[in-house]
Order: sequence, then C-alpha cells, then structure tokens
Amino acid sequence: MINALLWAPLAFGFVGLFLPKRVVGWWATAGAVATLAIGVIMAFGFDNGAAGLQDTVNTTWISGLGVNYSLGIDGLNLFLVLLTAVLWVGGIGFAAFREQKRPQMFFFLMLAAETSTLGSFLSQDLLLFVLFFDLMLVPFYFLFGGWGVDRSAEGGPTAPQATLKMMIYTLIGSLLMLVGAIATAIISAHGGHLTFSIQAIQEQGVPLGSQRWIFWFFAAAFLVKMPAFLVHGWMPDAYRAAPLPVLVVFSGVLAKVGAYGFLRVVLPLFPEATSQFQTIILLVALASILYGSVMAFTQTNLRLIAGYSSVAQLGFITAGIFALRADGSDGAILQMVNHGLVVAPIFIIVAILVERTGTEDLRSMGGMAMRAPVLAALFLIVALATLAMPGSANFIGEFYILNGLFQSKIVFAFIAISGVAMSAYYALRLYIGTMHNRRPDGVATREISLRDGVILAPLVLCILALALYPQLILHRADPSVQQSVSAVTGETPENLAVNK
Amino acid sequence: MAGEGFVAPHVDYAATSPVIALTVGLVVILMSGVFPTTKRWAPGLAVLTLGATAGLLIWHWNDQIDLIAGALRVDNLAISISLIAIASAFATILLSVRERAAEEAGQGEYYALLIGSVLGMVLLSEAENLVTFFVAIETLSIPLYILCATNLRREGSLESGLKYLIIGSLGSATLLYGMAFIYGGTGSTDFAGIAHGIEANGMLHDPLILIGIALAAVGLAFKTSIAPFHQWTPDVYQGAPTPIASFMAVATKAAAFAVFVRFFVVALGPETSDWQTGLAILAAISIVVGNVGALGQNSLKRLLGYSGVAQAGYMLGGLVVASEKGISSLVFYLAAYLFMNLAAFAVIVARERETVFGDDIRGVRGLGAERPALAWSLTISMLALAGLPATAGFIGKLYLIEALVEGNFTWLAVFIAVGTMISLAYYLRVVAAMWMTPGESVAPAGATPVISGASPEADPVDPRAGRRWYLVAPAVFAAAVTVFLGVIPQPLVDFATHAGSSLF
Repeated sequence: MINALLWAPLAFGFVGLFLPKRVVGWWATAGAVATLAIGVIMAFGFDNGAAGLQDTVNTTWISGLGVNYSLGIDGLNLFLVLLTAVLWVGGIGFAAFREQKRPQMFFFLMLAAETSTLGSFLSQDLLLFVLFFDLMLVPFYFLFGGWGVDRSAEGGPTAPQATLKMMIYTLIGSLLMLVGAIATAIISAHGGHLTFSIQAIQEQGVPLGSQRWIFWFFAAAFLVKMPAFLVHGWMPDAYRAAPLPVLVVFSGVLAKVGAYGFLRVVLPLFPEATSQFQTIILLVALASILYGSVMAFTQTNLRLIAGYSSVAQLGFITAGIFALRADGSDGAILQMVNHGLVVAPIFIIVAILVERTGTEDLRSMGGMAMRAPVLAALFLIVALATLAMPGSANFIGEFYILNGLFQSKIVFAFIAISGVAMSAYYALRLYIGTMHNRRPDGVATREISLRDGVILAPLVLCILALALYPQLILHRADPSVQQSVSAVTGETPENLAVNK
Repeated sequence: MAGEGFVAPHVDYAATSPVIALTVGLVVILMSGVFPTTKRWAPGLAVLTLGATAGLLIWHWNDQIDLIAGALRVDNLAISISLIAIASAFATILLSVRERAAEEAGQGEYYALLIGSVLGMVLLSEAENLVTFFVAIETLSIPLYILCATNLRREGSLESGLKYLIIGSLGSATLLYGMAFIYGGTGSTDFAGIAHGIEANGMLHDPLILIGIALAAVGLAFKTSIAPFHQWTPDVYQGAPTPIASFMAVATKAAAFAVFVRFFVVALGPETSDWQTGLAILAAISIVVGNVGALGQNSLKRLLGYSGVAQAGYMLGGLVVASEKGISSLVFYLAAYLFMNLAAFAVIVARERETVFGDDIRGVRGLGAERPALAWSLTISMLALAGLPATAGFIGKLYLIEALVEGNFTWLAVFIAVGTMISLAYYLRVVAAMWMTPGESVAPAGATPVISGASPEADPVDPRAGRRWYLVAPAVFAAAVTVFLGVIPQPLVDFATHAGSSLF
C-alpha cells in the first residue's frame, strides 16, 4: 500500500510520456487523484492513538553501506502526505486545463516531483530521506527552467539563471546534510553494525560533541528549504521565474519538508544540541516572521507577496517546533497543513488574475469582485484563513504555537504575536488590492470559470472542514509529536495538548 | 650462482594469459595494417582482442596469484581495474568509427596503439614491483602521446600530443626519482619487500623515504591529473581526438589509481600516517581547483577535463583513508565514472560531427528538442557527475563519504560536499543549454566541422551523426547503466567490495 502511494505518481508520469498531447493532462490528473485515493484509504486505516510507525516497509537496499529502503506513516507525516496528494491534484488539474508546451514532459516532471516529495515524507531511513530530499530538486529544476518566466526584460534573471541560484542555495544545505547523515550513522554505530534507520540511531544515541556540528548541517538544509531569513536569497528570483501551476505545489509543500525534517530527524536524533541551540533557531524564526511580514507589506508583485508571507508563516511553524513543547509542535503540524491549504489557492487565484490582467503588479489590479462575486468569496475565505481569523484552523494552529512558546520562552512569544497582527495586514492588502478598489482600464472582470472553480472549490472546502474540526489532525499528530518532543525534554509523554 | 646456472622464474601462463592475449592482438593488428585488404579489419580485431582479454580476466576472478617472481599480481583489484580500462577502450573503438583521426593515422596503427595502451594499463594494475610499475606506466603513456596527435591536420591535436609528451615525461621522471629514493632506503624493488625494508632497516619516518614518497606521489598525481599537477589535463583533452580524450579520462585514471593504491597501501603501508595528510591536502586542492576551473569553460571537453580534476580529487579520498572501504569506494566510483563520462563524450563526438561548433557548448543548445536521446544521455551524465540522487554518482559519493567519515577524514567529506555544490553551476549550465535554450545548430550545407581543421579536402558536416547507432547506442547505454546503478547499486557494490578486499 505504502509502496503504491509512493510510486503511483511516477508510474503514471512515465506512462504519460508516451501518450498523445491531448490526453496527457487528464492522465496526469487521474494519476494525482489515484494517489490521493490511496492516501485517503491509508488515512482511514490509520490507528489514531498509536505513536509508532504504521504501514511500514523495510528491506535492505545497499547492504554494504547500511542503507535500507524503509518507509512508514505516523502522526508526523500522515497529514503532510495527504496535503501533498491534495495539492498535487490541484496543481496538475489546474495545469491540465491549460495549454502547456511539451505537455508529456511537463506532467512527467510534475508527477516525478510528487513521488520524490512523498518519498521524503515517508522515509524512515536517514539516507533515504536525504536522497529523496535532494531528488525533489531535480524535477523542479527542469520545471522552473523549462517552463518558467523570463525576467530579463525587467532587468531580472532568466528562468535558468534563477533556477540555478535556487539549486545551488538548496543543495549546499542538502549536501552538508548528506555528510551529516553519514556521520550520524557512523558515530552512533560506535564501530558496530552500521545502520541509517532513524529509530535505531535514536536508540543508539549520538554523543553531544558530534551532535553540535551535525545539528547545523541538518539545520542548514532545512532552513534553506523553508526558506528562513538570511538564507532566503534564492526565493524571490525562483518565485518570479516559476510557472504558476508548479508554484502551487512548490510553495504549498516543499517548504514543509524543511519544517518536517526538524521534527522527524533533528529533535529525536540531536536532542541535546536542539535544546542548546533553541534560542538561536528561535531568533532566526522570529527574524523570518518580521522580515517576511514587512516584505509582504511592501512588495507589489503578487507572487512575491505570497512568497514572503510564506517566509513569515514558516517562521511561525519553526518557532512552534522550537518551543520544544508538545503543544507548540502540534500547532506546527496543524499550521503546516493549514498554510499549504491557503497558499495553494492563493497561487491559483494569482494565476487566474494574471491571465485576466496580464500583469502581476498589485497596483494595476483591482475591482475584480464587482463581476466575480464567487471568485471574491472564495478568495475572502482563503484570505481570512491566512490571517488566522478566529474560527479558522489557522487560528487554532497559531494559538497552539503561541501557547507553546509562551510557556517556554515568553519574550519570543510576545514578538511572535506581532506577526499575527501583520499577517492581517498583508492578507487584506492582497485581497483588497485585487478585488476591491477601482478597476483599471482594459481589465476584464469575469466570473471564475467552471473548470477553475472545480479546482479551487475543493481546496477551499478543505480549509472550511479543518476550521470546523481541527482535532482531526491534532488527535492523530499528538502521540507522535509527544514522542519527538519528549526526546528533547526528557519528560514522559503526557497528553497536555489535546484533551483539554 | 656458481655451478647452478641461471634458473628462470616460473611463469604461470594461465594467469599471464590476458597480457599475452593483448600482446598477440597488438602484433596482429599492427600487421593487418600492412595490407590494404586487411586494414579494414583493424577495429574488429581490436574488439576481438579486448573481448578475449576480458574473458581471460574474468576467468581469474577471485584468484590471488603472484606471477613471474612477484613482478605482477593477479587479484580482484587488478582484474576490476583492467575490466574498467577494457570497457573504456571498447567504447573508444565505437566512438572512433568514421573518426578522422583513425583514418589519418592509418587504421592499423591507431587501433594497435590503443591496444598497446590497454596492455600498459593491465600491466600497471597488476604491477607489484618498481620495475614492472615503471615499465607499465611507460607502456601505457607512450601510445597515448601518439594517439593524442593523430588528428594530423589539426594544430590543436599536434599541440596536445606534444604537451602531453613533455608533461608526461616530467611526471615519469619525477616518479622514477622517487622510486630511486625508496629503493635506496629499503634495498628492494618488490612492494612487499619495500614494506618489510622500511621496518627492518629502521627507515620509518626517515627523510630519505619521505622524499621518495613525496616524489612518487607527485609523479602519480601527474598521471591521475590531481591538482596542482593537472595543468595539462584541459589542454590535452581539448586537443586530442574526442574518442581518445574519453579513453584518457577514464582508463588512464583507473589504471594510475590502481597502482597508486597498490604502491601506497602495500609498499608504503607502514608509512600510512605520513602520507595520509599529504594526499588529503592534494585531494582538497584538486576538488577546489577542478571545480572552480570548470566554471568559465565554454569548450565541453575542457569542462570535462577540469571536472575530471575535481573527480580525481574525490576519488583520491578513497585512497587517503587507506581502508578496505576506502579502496572499495574508489573502485565503485571509477566504475560509475566510466559510464557517466562515456555518455558525455559520446554526445560530444556526435555533436562535433554534425554541427559547426566543435565541442563548444553552443553545439548542444536546443538538443532536447532536436535529439532527445542524446539530450537525455548528456543530462543524466551531468546530473550523475554532479552527484544527484537516482544516479550512480550519488551512490559513489555516498560510498566515498562513508569511507572518509569512518576513516576520520570528515573535513575532506565536507570538501567533497562543497565542491559538488560548486560543480552544479557548470554541470547545470550544460543541462540548461540543452533544454532551456533554443538551438542555433543548423549547419549550412557543405560546412566543415571544426574538428576537421577546416582543411579543404576534409569531410563536410555529417548531418546524421546524431543518429548513428555507434554513437547513440553507447550514449544511451551508458546513461541507462548510470541510472540503473543509482537505483540498484548492489551488484556494483559487491564488485567493488571484492576489489577492495583483495589488498587487506
């Protein structure tokens, strides 16, 4: 089952290479839907109360090097896997409605990207995780470079240049992580049997002296991926170059792999180093919140507003994880799903707006709501969720994060709260700037087309469903989160987060 | 020897048979070049010779035999490296079909020299004595000096041959000088005897031996193109006929690394702690110099030359740790490197012949739309050389880094990681040219390709070169193997482990 989930997208994509142009989009959509169906079936079979891994697969892959092909699902990755499957249906479906050049290749790369992303969420072997983490970049490299937007006329980089920058930034982290992963396995083996299994390494333990430097090798990879403040340099160019359907999945899911990596790898394997460097990471997280928010105020390019708001949101999520309390991390997982679910519709709406107006500049937009009330209503729900309106799941997520932060580092919590306030400003600025205000000349306002509605409405429904029942995630995530966090705090897991 | 007469050493003809097969093949091919009718058979005879040699080598897999009074040794390390060299030579023969260089040099001579060089490589990987070591390295090099210059009408090719001759001789001389010091200190030319002599004569950490080690390392660094002794590499690769460049890039490196390993681990084993750090620093310099040097290159062959310098730095890491895992990882990487490099060179040969750009990066622009099979091959090759997952290059780096960290050379592993990061900038530039840049490679009718030296009687551009099976098949096959070994690396890991364990 878990194998089917992982490899179905790639298999569909491969077959798609040999299909005629007209049908390949639908074939790819079918592949994404099939993957989602498998994911949903697995979610139904998920044992809620358990903390350990379920549906595991474990076979030797390279015996001489101690690498195993080992997958599994638990509370940490279940909903991120589902999020991946949902957003890929959105991204691929949105692209399938539109003309793509070289569509076979485009959809093959999209589906290959889904497999590698799912792989990094499902891997329970440290090296397999690193492998999928690096592999994710390859399809996105080709998608951004081959189907991206050339900005050289505006004085910006061409698509290949922007993509190259992204690759180099993100791989410097990942390659150091490869060294770190190998060092972790070798050091923890103490000359005995070499294994990369995350569980086994956790049981064997890594000495503090080694934890200190390996922690940073991993942190570098994850922080760049998010991206966090100071290592976000690749983000603006890459976001402006990316084709919009790809950006839907890219910003919705990829950033979460970094945050997830902290929960899956860093907290359990390097607990002492984590509590030692807690403050530094929290400072980076806060800087990301403030910097991302401020940049999101001032940018006029729609993509960059959404991009910088992601930096701020990921800062929140990191802060939640590094509160090093179960409620903070519970909130972080919920918020990862929430953010994926709001940022994907935002990019779909941006794509629709760009098609209508022919510009990405907020200043030359406006007045869309007049003739397009449905689009405006959908956008409003998304915008309100983004600013964590009470009643939305984002509110619950941020509440948990702040609650965790208050109880561990109260000063940081006060600063983080300002981020909540600022998110209201940039979310509403985006909404008002596009939907209200005066309509510029020559801009057609039409209602959202049925085909785009079919893509957008289910995503908005997911947001609403989670708003009504966030416990869906919290209950299932909590046992696993307790396990990860208790590795650092040393406390026995207690159900302080959910059952209030 | 009073009264006894000279007793010739026992020769195990079965174990010497690969060397004999190559020698016989060499002579037959050379003779075939004399008659116009048999001249055409030269490539076929060369393939036959290589096939027979490979078969005889595989026959001795898992044997450990000392030959001719310990001058040579057949073991898994020697066999695996020889097989890599033979595979590379076989690919070179395919790439040389219709190659101007082969025709200009006279078919027979070209292929005979190639086989002669392979003979040197097989001997070198088996060498266990300073004398055979030096004779083999010269047997390997001298045919290559000539092969580099076989593109007679092109100045660059002649220059390449001369440059390689001068620098290669300098390397050989340095190596010989180092050998003299080591012989002086230990009184033995035999590898095992040297190791024994170092300890028995109390020469451990003695300056005499250390100077010898340093000079030998420099000489071998010339041959394996380790920086700062790499300056010839990009020039010679660029000038030499491309099939020969592909042969030098892989086979020479493999054979030189084989003897590098055997000499340092077996003969200089007692001095390991002395040479480890020195070689590690050379590896680090090589990684930096190679990767930075490749950044600005427009000639694909120069780019691969510099990339080869960096890759040699990675591989040297396997020797630095001087452990079984280190040597295995080195053999793994060499085998992976064979396929990664072959895919790239096959595509370059095809584009050289069908465009007017030679090996310039402009020649591959728009390749993705024009020649998908070639473009995929080159893409996989570049991604693999950059060490991205799902290719043999990733597993190779994983193997090397694991060996380095286990051997307490984590800092060198970090160098590999950072070097790989730099390398993305130039590998991906090639990928971007293929898929993300429109092509401009329409060759005007009757144009002469750069490789023909613009001579009036040269063949015009061959517009179908990119579809010729003897170019497309090696490229696609090598790329497919690269991916296959990235997904199912176990067979090659076993192969490399056998090779690595034969020294310990």
